Amino acid sequence: MPARAERLIVSVSNHRVTITPNYAGEELVLFGSVERDDVAAPPSPYDLVVTVSGPPADFVTRRKEREFGIWANADSRQFLQVPSYLAIFANRPFDAITSDDQQRRLKLGLDHIVLTQRVGTDYADVVATDPFRRAFIRLRTEHGLYRQNTAAVTLLTPTLFRATIPLPAEVPTGDYDVDIKLLSRGAFVASASTTFEVVKVGFEQFVATSARQRALLYGLTIVAMALTTGWLASVVFRRD
Amino acid sequence: MQIYLPIADLPVNMFLILAMGMAVGFVSGMFGVGGGFLMTPLLIFVGISPAVAVASVSSHIAASSLTGALSYWRRRAIDPALALVLLSGGVVGTALGVTLFTLLRSLGQLDLTIAISYVALLSTVGGLMLWEGFGALLHMRRGLPPKLRRSGSHGWIHGLPLKMRFKRSKMYLSVIPVIVIGLLIGFVGAVMGIGGAFLLIPMMIYILRVPTSTTIGTAQTLTLATMTMATLMHAVTNHQVDAVLALILMIGGVTGAQFGARAGQRIRGEQLRLLLGLLILSVGIRFAVELVIQPQELFTIRETGLMP
Repeated sequence: MPARAERLIVSVSNHRVTITPNYAGEELVLFGSVERDDVAAPPSPYDLVVTVSGPPADFVTRRKEREFGIWANADSRQFLQVPSYLAIFANRPFDAITSDDQQRRLKLGLDHIVLTQRVGTDYADVVATDPFRRAFIRLRTEHGLYRQNTAAVTLLTPTLFRATIPLPAEVPTGDYDVDIKLLSRGAFVASASTTFEVVKVGFEQFVATSARQRALLYGLTIVAMALTTGWLASVVFRRD
Repeated sequence: MQIYLPIADLPVNMFLILAMGMAVGFVSGMFGVGGGFLMTPLLIFVGISPAVAVASVSSHIAASSLTGALSYWRRRAIDPALALVLLSGGVVGTALGVTLFTLLRSLGQLDLTIAISYVALLSTVGGLMLWEGFGALLHMRRGLPPKLRRSGSHGWIHGLPLKMRFKRSKMYLSVIPVIVIGLLIGFVGAVMGIGGAFLLIPMMIYILRVPTSTTIGTAQTLTLATMTMATLMHAVTNHQVDAVLALILMIGGVTGAQFGARAGQRIRGEQLRLLLGLLILSVGIRFAVELVIQPQELFTIRETGLMP
């Protein structure tokens, strides 16, 4: 039996997603093909898992508890350097693709992705059933920022595939990594990766960076804007 | 039409925000208050984070109070000396308020503090106004002449030292209670994202005994100054003022206020107070309900830092 040699070739439809005033979400398309050295051999059944992760960020998840009859934030957990956006796609359920053990090793699916928490002085990921971890994933999913779909990778031919990466309106800006893993009959075959970036451009970027880097000037501009609007209104609507 | 807010980091419907600005502007013009106590909760309701809402609304109130203050200035209905003394307290109060705001935000208790403050303040003030409004209305129904405030009734407030003459208001009064009230309004305003006129006006009338003729104009001048400062401080310390959101709110607000002011002139003072009391109380109750009933979602997430 000849040594199997397969390579993945992938590309996204747009490497630079720009946020403009009327940005309300966008979709990227990922295309890929499996290149086999031994073209004569019949292609084996391929499985694909695509993991798109956005720029890492720190988060705090808080849980409300009833205290003195009021629902207030009580317990909290810190998530350190976890993806601010995470989309995991496959062509069929993970359990059908490979074993539990292999899923864990290859970090396939939301249950197996590493979400580092600060637990006391320790840094560790916890079990998938941890309430804070589950709440974190659920809330991110509700905003469309985390998602998992095991039917989102379409195999057009046995070696050609496509996946749509939806970017919601609230998408974080920064660099995104797309990691594609190729499996066959439960075994890892090859992987490939590509990147794209989400950037604010023009006016949006100008406002966002001014607010941070030239805070005083930004504040003064807002005040001037407020006073001008107020003054203009008193001139326009003047009745006495 | 969807428009992307660069600081709040989410797209909103521009016309919805404009309509909200106009509606709140209408109410504020009608009652002579800034309307921050309505605007901030509305923005939070459409999904804007409380921090961005509070910070951006302060600039919106600055705009509408300038419009008001200018028209009172032309009618010589502002007491500059009184406004200045109130402001000296207001500056300190605002600075303290913004500091507390920053601290609470890092502790994760900002939303709760804003909610509790709304409940406590709005229910009390709304309840009192409603009570007083009903009393006055019943009084009139019975055909009695409106109650006059007893002149010359000096409380302990008027016995305090450091007295000063306020010419335009024809008052001779200690500066201590004036500064304290200014401080309180500045503080509450910065933490809650409200101008505080609905608190300041009753305080000036009932505690300081400022004549009605100069009360609203002077209150608007103070609101203008504290909200201008609050905008600046929020911009510098928290970077949470959204320019796009602020501009849409301002335009809606100042336009709505003009129509509100016209509508307000056709309603009698007692009914106006009763309506405002009802409005304030219902906002307070809405916040109370939210605190007491079990929320559907117990968890919240906040980003603490994005690594570049």
